[in-house]
Formats: sequence, C-alpha cells, structure tokens
Amino acid sequence: MLVNLLFYTFSAVLIGAAIGVVFSRNPIHSVMFLVLAFFNSAVLWLLLQAEFLAIVLVLVYVGAVMVLFLFVVMMLDVNVEKLRDGFTRYAPVGLLVAAIMVIELTQVIWVKSWGIISLTDAPVLPEEYSNTKELGAVLYTEHVYAFELASVILLLAIVAAITLTMRKRPGLKVQDINKQVAVRRDDRVRLVSMEAEERQ
Amino acid sequence: MSIGLQHYLTLSAVLFSISVAGIFINRRNVILLLMCIELMLLAVNFNFVAFSRYLGDTTGQVFVFFILTVAAAEAAIGLAILVVLFRNRQSINVDELNEMKG
Repeated sequence: MLVNLLFYTFSAVLIGAAIGVVFSRNPIHSVMFLVLAFFNSAVLWLLLQAEFLAIVLVLVYVGAVMVLFLFVVMMLDVNVEKLRDGFTRYAPVGLLVAAIMVIELTQVIWVKSWGIISLTDAPVLPEEYSNTKELGAVLYTEHVYAFELASVILLLAIVAAITLTMRKRPGLKVQDINKQVAVRRDDRVRLVSMEAEERQ
Repeated sequence: MSIGLQHYLTLSAVLFSISVAGIFINRRNVILLLMCIELMLLAVNFNFVAFSRYLGDTTGQVFVFFILTVAAAEAAIGLAILVVLFRNRQSINVDELNEMKG
C-alpha cells in the first residue's frame, strides 16, 4: 500500500535525521538535520490529514525558528572540540537510557494497551473536509482566550529577546533629537568684529 | 497491516528517546541542548496530532498550535540568553556557567 510505504520511508528518514542531530560533529550540520526532521514530520502530519499544522511547521519552524538557530550558530564562534570532551563518557549512559525508554514505551503502546487503544483505522473524513476551516472554527470560538494568551506570549518573547540582546556601545555616535531641536542661534553662530585689514 | 495509531505513537516514542539520549550526550553544548528540546516537543506534537486524527477530535491540533507558539517563544528567548552569555563569557560550555555573578 502506498500509505504504508510513505509512512515507513518518511519515518526512517525522520529517525535518521534525529540521530544526525544528536551525533553530528558540527552544530551547523545538526541544525540542517533538524530542518530535515521538521520537513519529514510535516509530511507525516500531511499523512495524518493535519494539513494546516504541517504548513505551519514548515513556515514557522523551518522558516523562522531554524533560521534563528542557524544565525546564532554561525554568529557565535564556538570551540566545538572543547565542547565534545565528555562525548564518549556520557554516550553509553545516554544510549542506555534511550534504549530502556524505547523498550518501555513500545511495550506500553503495543502490549499493555491491548484492547484500550484499538484504533487501527482512522475515521474516514468526508470529501469536502477542510482541516484549516475546522481548526479555525474551533480556534476562534472555544479556544479564543488561549489564542489571545498565545499572542501575549509572543509579545513577551519579542520584548524579552530585544531587551536581553540590546547593548549600549560606548563611543557610538547617536543623534540626540531633543538637543538638535533645542539648539539656538547663539550656540552655533558667533559674530566677531575684526579690524579691516589694509589693502596690500 | 494498515498504519494505525500505535505506529505513530511508536515513532514518537523513538523520537523522544533519541532526544533524551541527545541531552545526555551533548550536555556541554547549550545550542545542542536547545535543539534536543525542540526535537522532544516535536515528538510530543506527533502524539497530539495522531490522537487528534484517530479519535476524531480537533482540539488536539489546537493544542499543537499552542505548543508551537510557546516553543517558538522559548527558542527566541533561549537563543537571546545564549547570545548574551557568549558575549560575556566567550563560551557556551555548561560546566563553566556555574557562577551567577552579575
């Protein structure tokens, strides 16, 4: 089946990209792998018929957040080798914890949930179903307060990011508009009376 | 066998575990820690979208929308803090950030 093929292909690429994020030597490669992971998840969300969120993931995440990450990674001159000192020391612990988590979670999902989660087929959506329309109908009615709160959080993020990174550099020549407007003629022009010189 | 809810949940569990391993492994590099957190949020969002699809309830997708908003804000503030940190310390090593002097 085509859907199975698509699911397994994109899941494999997604997991590979996630492993690449964790294990690549260069932070820029990590960012690129993360972009790949987001693209693949967008495709998988399309398979789940969540078109709006898939597009938002590509536009907002790949377009804005990952570009921000890339900017910061390229702007900071980080000594990567020094940061990877403990790599081999912590790798076994991390991999062990991850393996245990995968085993436990898959057991919960596949074995213990027998009869609880028996949803193998998603409900069939009508022909004229529009995910965006559906989401908008819920978002602007039931969840409108949360929506407003989200906008406040974004405003907070803007203000916080700007105030954190703003700095006053000494020796920077800035215009002081008040001073320029308040200047008087006497401050700039000085009339000097001189004796007329004789013609040579 | 058709793709069911459990396949998506397993994929999300694997993704989450990889990012947990990433936090263990890259625990010195703040940028990679932030990236692993983004990956974790992606795994959580996967669960929300899959459940929303298979239970036929749109509210899960609304939740993903809000998680994306908060994650974007978190990434912006985290990276701003990182830039300020690097400007003051010339390093983003977690081990060197243990003093809170102003």
